[in-house]
Amino acid sequence: MSGARGATRRAGLPAALVAAALLSVATAFPTVARAQDPSTAAQRVRADSIRADSVLDARTTALSAELRCAVCQGISIQESPSALAQEMRAVVKDQLRAGRTPDEVKDYFVSKYGEWILLQPRAHGLNLVLLYLAPALLLLGGAALLVFVVRRWTTAAPGQTPAE
Amino acid sequence: MNWRRALVAALFAAPVIGLFAWGMTRDPKYIPSPLPGREGPTFALEVFAPGVPPIARPAGDTISLAAFRGQIVVVNFWASWCLACRDEHADLSATALRYAGQPVQFVGVLYMDQIEPALRWITEMGGQTYPSVNDPRSRAAIDYGLYGVPETFILDAQGRVAHKQTGPISAGLLTHLVDSLLVAAGASDTAASAPTAGTVSP
Repeated sequence: MSGARGATRRAGLPAALVAAALLSVATAFPTVARAQDPSTAAQRVRADSIRADSVLDARTTALSAELRCAVCQGISIQESPSALAQEMRAVVKDQLRAGRTPDEVKDYFVSKYGEWILLQPRAHGLNLVLLYLAPALLLLGGAALLVFVVRRWTTAAPGQTPAE
Repeated sequence: MNWRRALVAALFAAPVIGLFAWGMTRDPKYIPSPLPGREGPTFALEVFAPGVPPIARPAGDTISLAAFRGQIVVVNFWASWCLACRDEHADLSATALRYAGQPVQFVGVLYMDQIEPALRWITEMGGQTYPSVNDPRSRAAIDYGLYGVPETFILDAQGRVAHKQTGPISAGLLTHLVDSLLVAAGASDTAASAPTAGTVSP
């Protein structure tokens, strides 16, 4: 209570005093900042490394989402909480940090687990035929069939439908 | 006309049904390993379970696979929480001892486990004749494309993966594989005497 009362009493201090105090702080600040230059540089470096870390994290996350968890059913190592998936994410991160490209990291996992480890199969060989070309060919075939059938119906219609 | 329609429908349905039928015969959990025929990944890991003489290695030693070049190496990944590992343990232990003095090395690699329960497990199982190393960050396991335990890899004298066994391995299969690799190694270089002890590198 007495403290509060003291504070209200002190609030009546001359405004000039307060202004002088603020001014001195303001003028002192640049010298303080200059004096701390090395530490701000260090902070900048730290900020850079944090940014680099978050970039690395983002790259790790993106790549991990493309790799299959070996002990799960159809989910990526990014989604899996399993211990092996966690270690595999650590391997991804280590290799990216070491300067390997995402494709090189994928190649590493493919050399260990086979192409099975990639959630999205690569477009070559049998994959290319079965997975990427076959649907397109089937679609085209279906469209051709549809065109053929519809044309036959429409041309046959005038002569045959009345007879029915 | 209906029989023609049925024929066309059957013609389209047959390959689809065939594909599904073929799919039913496959184990969705089976992952074909690209490792057999390739050079086995090497590792250098610390021994935590020494095994028994004459094939023991002191705990704390580092077993380096690269140092076993010229020998047949059986690498068995196991864990104390793994039930199937119990089935193969006696076979592995006995077979390892049978090859003592020959250019054959057995190494157990602990997978996703702690040393205390692993040592307890070994005691519970009546001991392990060959040394086991710990793989705390699973790097060796991932290098070997592991997706479960037990898995056993048999490396030939050139360090290539000659066989990968998923699930428990029997003494019969193990002996057959190691014997045939010994014969192959003997045929390829009869003059060279294979080193009998692995290396110790801190």
